[in-house]
Amino acid sequence: MASIKQNPTPIPITLPDLRNLGIQLRVLVGANLMAVIASILRSNTLENAWLELLEISAAMQPLLLAAMATLFVAHRQLARLPYRIGVIATFALVLGLATLLQMIASRQFGLESAPSLIRIWSFSSIVTGILLAYFNLRGRALSPAITEARLQALQARIRPHFLFNSINAVLSLMHSDPKRAETALEDLADLFRVLMADNRQLVPLDSEMALCRQYLALEKLRLGERLQLAWYVDKMPLDALIPPLVLQPLLENAVYHGIEPSETGGEITINIYRSGNQVHLQLSNPYDAAGNNHHGNRMALGNIRERLALHFDAEARLLIKSTEKQYQVHIVIPYRTEP
Amino acid sequence: MSDAPLTKVLIADDEEPARNRLRELLADFPGIVISGEARNGKEALALAAETLPDVMLLDIRMPEIDGIETAGHALKLFRPPAVIFTTAYDSHAMQAFEMNAVDYLLKPIRRERLHNALKKARALLPQQLEGIRQLRPQRSHFSATERGRILLIPVGDVIYLRAELKYLTVRTLEREYLIDDSLTRVEQEFPDTFLRLHRNCLVAQASIRGFEKRHEPNGENHWLVLLKGIPETLPVSRRQQHLVHEIGE
Repeated sequence: MASIKQNPTPIPITLPDLRNLGIQLRVLVGANLMAVIASILRSNTLENAWLELLEISAAMQPLLLAAMATLFVAHRQLARLPYRIGVIATFALVLGLATLLQMIASRQFGLESAPSLIRIWSFSSIVTGILLAYFNLRGRALSPAITEARLQALQARIRPHFLFNSINAVLSLMHSDPKRAETALEDLADLFRVLMADNRQLVPLDSEMALCRQYLALEKLRLGERLQLAWYVDKMPLDALIPPLVLQPLLENAVYHGIEPSETGGEITINIYRSGNQVHLQLSNPYDAAGNNHHGNRMALGNIRERLALHFDAEARLLIKSTEKQYQVHIVIPYRTEP
Repeated sequence: MSDAPLTKVLIADDEEPARNRLRELLADFPGIVISGEARNGKEALALAAETLPDVMLLDIRMPEIDGIETAGHALKLFRPPAVIFTTAYDSHAMQAFEMNAVDYLLKPIRRERLHNALKKARALLPQQLEGIRQLRPQRSHFSATERGRILLIPVGDVIYLRAELKYLTVRTLEREYLIDDSLTRVEQEFPDTFLRLHRNCLVAQASIRGFEKRHEPNGENHWLVLLKGIPETLPVSRRQQHLVHEIGE
């Protein structure tokens, strides 16, 4: 069932998003690395290289930080422009800031001690150009061909155990409770519609939750009283964006490893809330560490971790806390209402 | 054919909808009567001992005791029933079943397939059980038969096992049982649970309270294992004395 589409629509290359922590770090490290290389190239001894680096840094750091701050603030506007125009705008911003800082510096510290404007312009153009090229290449490497294939491979799993058990449950209700059977089939159709859809774009938490409720309604059909649920979602931000099918597979794991192996069943706790500009999702289920095999868990978790990283880079976390009796997954993502 | 006695079928599945479906399908077959419904392996074995079914339909995935282990224990019944496994999807299990010519049905179960399976249902041969044992490498219970009943002994309750001729004595806090098994097999199946004290004896690690050295008048010393909860002690063979130092409490 893996893929019906052969040619996925490519995700367009965009300007690096300076609001993203991973990108900020890469810019800082990249620019400073280039400064180090430049100072090594220009000197013949280590001591001279160090002095050269200090000189370059004195001019570069304020410009670097000012540029990063400006691009942070201006990202939304820049992102709306077509890529090429955005690149030119970025260059213009950097060079403009360089000029501004140079003017301030020469007014404060005197014209002679400041490096020449031409030199600053050329160095910052080269650094900006190299960084933009790096992010462009990274964007190409990370999407379409590879990321696409990755995301498609990551999503292509049907869960046969769930599917066939559910159909069996529906069949058993056909005569005794046809209305319930009807709703169950509709829920099943909705669930699989999402499973088969293009799931590379972020979706609002609202719709992921609706899917989870449908999924759990189907599981309740099979498991009856053995499946108990505790929802703590009053403070959940409905418009927060999340990669699709992050919660539902975790619930599936919770049912498979936590509820099914127990004769009396147990309770799954779902807790979603916003704290500052982060969204927290906590899922907890009873767990008998002794009897269980973890393999299914590991695969699904790896899948989710990878998709979180592809969408949010360093700003998303997945933590697992497991005791002898309880198993808890805790996901943190940045609170985003726009992709 | 019309004079054939009724075939008694026992259903075992932890999910109520699955049991309902089987019950409905079976109701349509002439000559079939349902001798009982069980939610797990434990219940299935208790019912089977009482009603002596001809066929057991066992879901391989059940809490307490699962289908595969249940089939193993069921071989000890006075008249071992035919076993048909059911599964929603388990490629591992399906492979093992096919390799050992063990019959199984995929959920959702189809009327004709159930019908065919019932017609050719046969009791599992010991070698078939061996073949599928890898699906359930460690039992959760030992089983003993006593006056037609199957007694299930949780592995965690076992203090020691001792070999007596062809059988094993299994000691728990409450009593002793006689089971048909071999020390070697138990040792291999539960390498982390039981220790070999000597050729005839396995002790549960968790039951060891301590060790005691007994001095014999002729100068030879040997070690004894002290057990939790019962006054008995077990001798340690000379060859296994290194264990005393390894466990060292």
